[in-house]
Amino acid sequence: MSTIAIDKAGPTRKLGSMSRDRTWALRWSYFFLVLFAIFFLTPPLYMVITSLKSSAEISAATNPWWVFHPTLANYVELLTSSQFLRFFWNSTIVSLVVVLVTMLISIPAAFALARMKFWGSTTLATGVFLTYLVPDSLLFIPLFKMLALVQDITGITLLNRWYVLLFVYPTLTVPFCTWIMIGYFASIPKELDEAAIIDGASWLQTLLRIFIPVALPGLIAATIFAFTVSWAQFLYPLVFTTSIDQLVLPVGITTTLIKGDVFNWGQIMTGALLGAAPPLIIYAFLMDYYIAGLTAGATKG
Amino acid sequence: MADVALRKVVKRYDDVEAVRGIDLDIADHEFIVLVGPSGCGKSTTLRMIAGLEDISDGDIMIGGDVVNDVPPKDRDIAMVFQNYALYPHMTVAENMSFGLRLKHYPKAEIKARVTEAARLLDITDLIDRKPKQLSGGQRQRVAMGRAIVRNPKVFLFDEPLSNLDAKLRVQMRIEIKKVHQKVRTTTVYVTHDQVEAMTLADRVVVMNKGRIEQIGTPNELYHKPATRFVAGFIGSPAMNFIPCRLEDSGGKLNIRLTDRISFPLPPARAGRYNALPRTDKLLLGVRPEHLTESNAHLEPGVETFDTVLDVTEPMGMETLVYFGLDGTPVCGRVNPNAGAKDGAPMRLAMDLNNMHLLNEETGVVL
Repeated sequence: MSTIAIDKAGPTRKLGSMSRDRTWALRWSYFFLVLFAIFFLTPPLYMVITSLKSSAEISAATNPWWVFHPTLANYVELLTSSQFLRFFWNSTIVSLVVVLVTMLISIPAAFALARMKFWGSTTLATGVFLTYLVPDSLLFIPLFKMLALVQDITGITLLNRWYVLLFVYPTLTVPFCTWIMIGYFASIPKELDEAAIIDGASWLQTLLRIFIPVALPGLIAATIFAFTVSWAQFLYPLVFTTSIDQLVLPVGITTTLIKGDVFNWGQIMTGALLGAAPPLIIYAFLMDYYIAGLTAGATKG
Repeated sequence: MADVALRKVVKRYDDVEAVRGIDLDIADHEFIVLVGPSGCGKSTTLRMIAGLEDISDGDIMIGGDVVNDVPPKDRDIAMVFQNYALYPHMTVAENMSFGLRLKHYPKAEIKARVTEAARLLDITDLIDRKPKQLSGGQRQRVAMGRAIVRNPKVFLFDEPLSNLDAKLRVQMRIEIKKVHQKVRTTTVYVTHDQVEAMTLADRVVVMNKGRIEQIGTPNELYHKPATRFVAGFIGSPAMNFIPCRLEDSGGKLNIRLTDRISFPLPPARAGRYNALPRTDKLLLGVRPEHLTESNAHLEPGVETFDTVLDVTEPMGMETLVYFGLDGTPVCGRVNPNAGAKDGAPMRLAMDLNNMHLLNEETGVVL
């Protein structure tokens, strides 16, 4: 331990003013990091505190930052309510299927756009990204109209069914995931697929056996993104689903726990915390991959 | 194993012709090196043989079959790339066996071939490592191993040693030569390094601006270059080109370099150049090793002159001397004990038996 410390201190002491600059840079960065951490962690802390209070204590004029009579009643109530579990289940199935669909479309699309130079491929790649820039608040009305039309023509009920989201969410996730993966695939040296082709691999084999394993960090980053977008999406489910049993978590919590102007704060906070748990857990485990994936373009893989 | 033939092969990119009609016959077992400056079309030619680039015109034949429209995987070739192009997520053994596994070879045979190739390349101990755990030289061996296990008709090397440091490059060069002596697969090797070309090749193909300047054994290229480009490209330090003219004086053919310096040509040379018009703009091509210190016993055809050296470069086994002849910089190689010093006068000897005479305008060696 001590030898390591000496090794590190040695060169910095010699560098003089350079090391002083570095020390200050570090101090400032820690200062701002702490500032940001406080800023971003205060709301979740407030949520935890509130979720542990009874409704009576929430409305009482006590210190809002302290729990005097902690209770798990909110948690018990939500986790035993079939409604909440239904929302949770809907969210889970929608997010998982959307991730799957997104990957099935994005990976081959990105591979084709990054590697198979065909007429208009560059324009198409840019076009894919541009579609991502159109906000969902502009798209939901035409999308609704389109799906209503499809419903009328085919006779298959789509609107107000949770599975309509399986068609809607990919319009958000596919362009962005394709775009990330085009960048990632493009950073793989061209010789690698040429070597595979000479070794006798088809395009599909090159994709499955070389590109996907090599670009795994990028794929994981894209997967996390697709999952987070699907899990947290609010506007589309609010518009496309209305019956209680068809709702996903974010919409379910706000529609069932706010009755008129009565806010069931304890349960809202509890529901939001429980809803935030899955993405949090996924991030915690895959964080390194996520960062590696997002910074992939910077260094040559 | 097979022979390879190129017939009037052309590669056009939009309006640029990268390769302008190449004819080349490569015999079975032969080691051919394509050499030339960057942008001369050598890599494009190799990639066309591999099938990684379409050809715009002409024919490429491997083993007598036209392969113009045959995809790379069906050409039965193996390629080694400059940056190794190893699959980073596979072990050395997996890298080497990838092609065989795709073709569903029996497991036992794959193992036997990988073991044999690893033994040949001396990488048996590394077989379970990932590429990032290997040094540059080891990676290059693995890349070669991947080519060898496939037992292809043709090996293609695209500047395989350019990423290695100088010492390792020399070592790997010998290694490649040894492997070829054992495996004897027809090989096409691209490099911009003329030393690599000379040391490895059975025959060297010198390319320039999309055309073949000359094809020949290393010795032929060195001693009988066809053009100024080849004469200047092969050999280091490069051949000197000194403006000169032919003169008749006293019934003998002389070559005049400057107002001061004029030498009678040796009889063999005089006979060869006698018919040339005396007015032609000519260049005398003479390699640095044929410009040495003067000594007491001069061979016939060796002529001396005095000059003042600009710069000397002691290399240990020899000293390079630089001087000017009427403004043309000239390099010579003298014995380190000859007393060459910067700025000092020196008497040098030029061996005209090994001279070349070039047409200055066409660049053709006469």
